[in-house]
Amino acid sequence: MKQYKEKIMKGVFLTAACTSILAVILICAFLFMNGLPAIGEIGPANFLAGERWMPKNGFFGIFPMILGSLYITAGAIIVGVPIGIFTAVFMAKFCSGKLYKILKPAVDLLAGIPSVVYGFFGMVVLVPMVRNIFGGNGNSILTASLLLGIMILPTIIGVSESAIRAVPDSYYEGSLALGASHERSVFFTVLPAAKSGILAGVVLGIGRAIGETMAVVMVAGNQARMPMELYKGVRTLTANIVLEMGYATDLHREALIATAVVLFVFILLINLSFSALKHKEEF
Amino acid sequence: MEAMTAKPLNYIKQVNKVTTKQRFSSYKRTPLSLLLYLLVLISTVFTAGILIYLIGYILVHGVPYLTKDLFSLKYTSTNVSLFPAMVNTVSMTALALLFAVPLGIFSAVYLVEYAKKGNRLVGIVRITAETLSGIPSIVYGLFGMLFFVTTLKWGLSILSGAATLAIMILPSVMRTSEEALKSVPDSFREGSFGLGAGKLRTVFQIVLPSAVPGILSGVILAVGRIVGETAALMYTAGTVAEIPSNVMGSGRTLSVHMYALSSEGLHINQSYATAVVLLVVVIIINAVSTFIAKRITKG
Repeated sequence: MKQYKEKIMKGVFLTAACTSILAVILICAFLFMNGLPAIGEIGPANFLAGERWMPKNGFFGIFPMILGSLYITAGAIIVGVPIGIFTAVFMAKFCSGKLYKILKPAVDLLAGIPSVVYGFFGMVVLVPMVRNIFGGNGNSILTASLLLGIMILPTIIGVSESAIRAVPDSYYEGSLALGASHERSVFFTVLPAAKSGILAGVVLGIGRAIGETMAVVMVAGNQARMPMELYKGVRTLTANIVLEMGYATDLHREALIATAVVLFVFILLINLSFSALKHKEEF
Repeated sequence: MEAMTAKPLNYIKQVNKVTTKQRFSSYKRTPLSLLLYLLVLISTVFTAGILIYLIGYILVHGVPYLTKDLFSLKYTSTNVSLFPAMVNTVSMTALALLFAVPLGIFSAVYLVEYAKKGNRLVGIVRITAETLSGIPSIVYGLFGMLFFVTTLKWGLSILSGAATLAIMILPSVMRTSEEALKSVPDSFREGSFGLGAGKLRTVFQIVLPSAVPGILSGVILAVGRIVGETAALMYTAGTVAEIPSNVMGSGRTLSVHMYALSSEGLHINQSYATAVVLLVVVIIINAVSTFIAKRITKG
């Protein structure tokens, strides 16, 4: 009897462990099954490189949205990465224990704030600010980049900080003993040694930025046309899905699912490079 | 003994302490160091400042509108009560945890307690969990729509939403549980085996109870993620501002409610108030999780 119980429960644990594998398989299967036929029907070239998205007229080109996602992500990286890395350096190598006890929960809280709240903050604070300073209506690539730059801060800070802390103290001490100042030792011996860990943090930040939906929808303007200027509106892949899924039918609906497939492939590539970087760090 | 070793250490620290004046005189020699120091300082002030500004701005604009009407039982187009959304958030959270927590803990138990070293399944599970945690919430939302809503015919419902969210939080619950189980010392297990307990008994009566705080702090963070989620719910749980009579009914959570309000743009003050409620929930969740995590490290 007891033997059976042990065996059954081991089976239960094993099944539970397999659910995440099952989930990934299901997600892939359902997305690809529903999305790939649409890409076939529209034609891969027309779909990926088409510059016009007019579902009513039968134009399903998502190139503007791909560019939009890339631009906004690049902007977020330009804003978020330097600030994030410098803050991580401060937390790991400059601040006192007392200050750290305040800063660490603050960064955690920054990570916990829901994206709608960020989006709303962007809508009522950043959009008017950009409108007043740069003109236009404020819903723009720039606004979305600023907001996403803020949103990826906690990710970059968290990963970079632990990468910096993982560097052996002897590096820092050696540099100090050779006469370098504290700042020089940190930036020119410790940071280079933590390079791949920090890069992993940046890649993770890219993943967050490209996948962010609600906050971007609320500040980016969402016009489905080729993005041209920094102060003009733009639509991302994620925004395209969330805005039109509510009323889309037939091929339009499938084209939106195909948009998700493209997004999914981007994310898989980013994930792959993230785990490659992380494994590199372990050696 | 302790006092004797502590004294010279303090003494060394005092001798090595750099005063502000000494520091700035050394900066004169290396201006680059000063520049780097300033950059580091400014960035940290920016990060902390953004957080304070965001919370302050929303509190200042939102708290005056936290009226009694906002918490009335029914949502109408003139009185955009957030009460139904709050109830839906609670039931959504409970249901999603009901799915994800046992699954997450059980898989962690398998990975830590049962799988042998070099088991290939462990590697695969780890890779899939990493993949899952990187998938954007809108992709989860679409998958939930295609699988739970359409294929399983659950319709736009709390159940579909909760199932989608359960998959979304599964990797984080799994990972925190795994870490909590790993931190239980082997001597506990050996002691239990030595007293004649079986594997199963050891897991449930010795290992899991000692890992509870670690698991709990991970689960609480997962709650935060559920409360803040919007994109995954719009096409799985729907946007109806009512409390459904059972889990097969459609209903919006607080975050979806907040998105609907602010995108309609008609009730901007009530959006502020909803943001206040969301922020307060998130702050409480973070505080509780930090508190529990602190108690673990203290032992």
